[in-house]
Amino acid sequence: MPNDLSPTAPRPPLRLRNTTALQLTLLAVLLTGLLVVATGLGFIRIPAADVLRVVAGRLTGDPDWVRGMNDIFPVVVLDVRLPRILTAALVGGGLAMSGVVFQGILLNPLADPYTLGVSAGAAFGAALAILLNLGALGSASVPLFAFAGAAATLAAVVYLSSAEGLSSNSLILSGIIVASILSAGISFLKYVADEQVAVIIFWLMGSFASKSWGDVALAGASTAAGLGVFLVFAREMNLMSLGPQMAASLGVDTRRVTLTLLVTASLVAAVCVSVAGIIGFVGLLVPHLMRLVVGPDNRRLVPASLLAGALLLLAADTLTRAVLPAEVPIGVLTALIGGPFFCYVFRRQQSARRVW
Amino acid sequence: MGFELDDIAFAFAGRPVLDGVSLALEGGRFHGIVGPNGCGKTTLVDLLCRYRRPLRGAIRLGGRRLPDWPRRQLAREIALVPQNFYINFPFTVRDVVMMGRHPYIPRFGSPSAHDVETVERVLAEAGVAGMAGRLVTELSGGERQRVVFARALAQDTPVLVLDEATSNLDVGHAVRLLGLAADQVRHQGRTAIGVFQDLNQAAAWCDRLVFMRDGRVAAAGPTADVLTPETIESVFGVRARVFFEPFSNALQVAFRSQDA
Repeated sequence: MPNDLSPTAPRPPLRLRNTTALQLTLLAVLLTGLLVVATGLGFIRIPAADVLRVVAGRLTGDPDWVRGMNDIFPVVVLDVRLPRILTAALVGGGLAMSGVVFQGILLNPLADPYTLGVSAGAAFGAALAILLNLGALGSASVPLFAFAGAAATLAAVVYLSSAEGLSSNSLILSGIIVASILSAGISFLKYVADEQVAVIIFWLMGSFASKSWGDVALAGASTAAGLGVFLVFAREMNLMSLGPQMAASLGVDTRRVTLTLLVTASLVAAVCVSVAGIIGFVGLLVPHLMRLVVGPDNRRLVPASLLAGALLLLAADTLTRAVLPAEVPIGVLTALIGGPFFCYVFRRQQSARRVW
Repeated sequence: MGFELDDIAFAFAGRPVLDGVSLALEGGRFHGIVGPNGCGKTTLVDLLCRYRRPLRGAIRLGGRRLPDWPRRQLAREIALVPQNFYINFPFTVRDVVMMGRHPYIPRFGSPSAHDVETVERVLAEAGVAGMAGRLVTELSGGERQRVVFARALAQDTPVLVLDEATSNLDVGHAVRLLGLAADQVRHQGRTAIGVFQDLNQAAAWCDRLVFMRDGRVAAAGPTADVLTPETIESVFGVRARVFFEPFSNALQVAFRSQDA
């Protein structure tokens, strides 16, 4: 039996809110700290104080902040490292938050931001763009094709499952069907790609190398928009975990909420994939971890996952960029670290429930 | 607040489930819906709660067609205790019961003192106060059903719809919760509509019964008028005897095996 020591004492709502505020503040502080430390790490080490001075100098426009500093530091911080670091954090946060929504709406703990085929669609679009050598038209063409592929896949999956009223099962099944068609398509593109195949494979594995402020703005805008939508519908999402019938009887327009949240979450994931390639596990792992920490209430789970996802992906990217002797593709790294860790958490959760 | 159903039809994948159901479920009564498995009882409940839309016909609540009710307002009129339910995430019992207050809490608002008070009262009434801090994912099926019942009571609506709401409960909790619903009908003028498998349970609690068979209404009216051996045999195909049982102060039914 679960422990049940003082079940009758009403939970003090005020203290609970404080606990959550504390947890969120702690995550935010950790993330800020890691942002500063990570910016200092790399081939050229920069002290944390100098990182802060460069940022302060840029924000205030006052050259006094960077006086007497190595001239290369501001360039490294502002032009090289910060765009990559912020993109990694925003993509991590976006994927984790989107994972919360997918698991919450599809009522399936295995769901992640790619459940509706967004990653396969983006991969197909990117592979096509690379194969047709559209990169020559400008550096934005591959991400643009990736996003178009993801959006088209999403539309197809929603269309396929709409006949059954967007039920969880029909959405997941449609996602699997469309994704498997697309992965056959990707295999074919790789097969005919000859020497381009390495470029395709490299793109698919994901990377934050040479990200620009444009990527930061894009990832930032989509993650912020997603956060707004998810917070507006957070309570409806809670009710959806009672099943669609009960949510409907409590006044939730289940079809509209399902569609709004899944499309938003998929688009956030699509932007993340277009910017950084396919990075797995963040969107699956972080929501589970955060549910253990802050509980299942989406009003807390969404912001907590945003911060934790940013923390995790930034840590992973810093590891591959500045700590490991050679750069390992970020998608590979997250799966290599995240996978075993997930197994551990999953196993521990299972044995806590074991009754025999 | 009562329902009027006018020539309702519904079908799943082309297979008719309800066909030409016309009914008046008047307010201030405890209505029981009974019938064999697959006769369309749960579908009828889904239509009453507007979870599904009829293919034909109209349903009115308080004289107003169901599609004309704003969603949120309807959730303040009808509360549902469903037959099948699953709660996938480890919310506490109190969290789940508080979800019943959703139609009253503004989007970015917090529960009012009245909301908190209602939840505490309902927790006590439904006999789940002792498990208020436990996680719903760790409760037994019967305990979870009581929590779901409490959540519907917290919604504090004029109409309570019970779809086999006590199917997992022991007799003590079943009597307690159905008694609670019956009290609300008798003393507060609310309306209860319950789907029952057990004819004796229906007979003990309901003023009115609706017998359904093959997606149609076979008989409907005051319990004393329609609960007859003839109706039971024609609907369920079993031989039965109906008698007044003084201890429960209600009509009861006894059955005899076909071979005897």
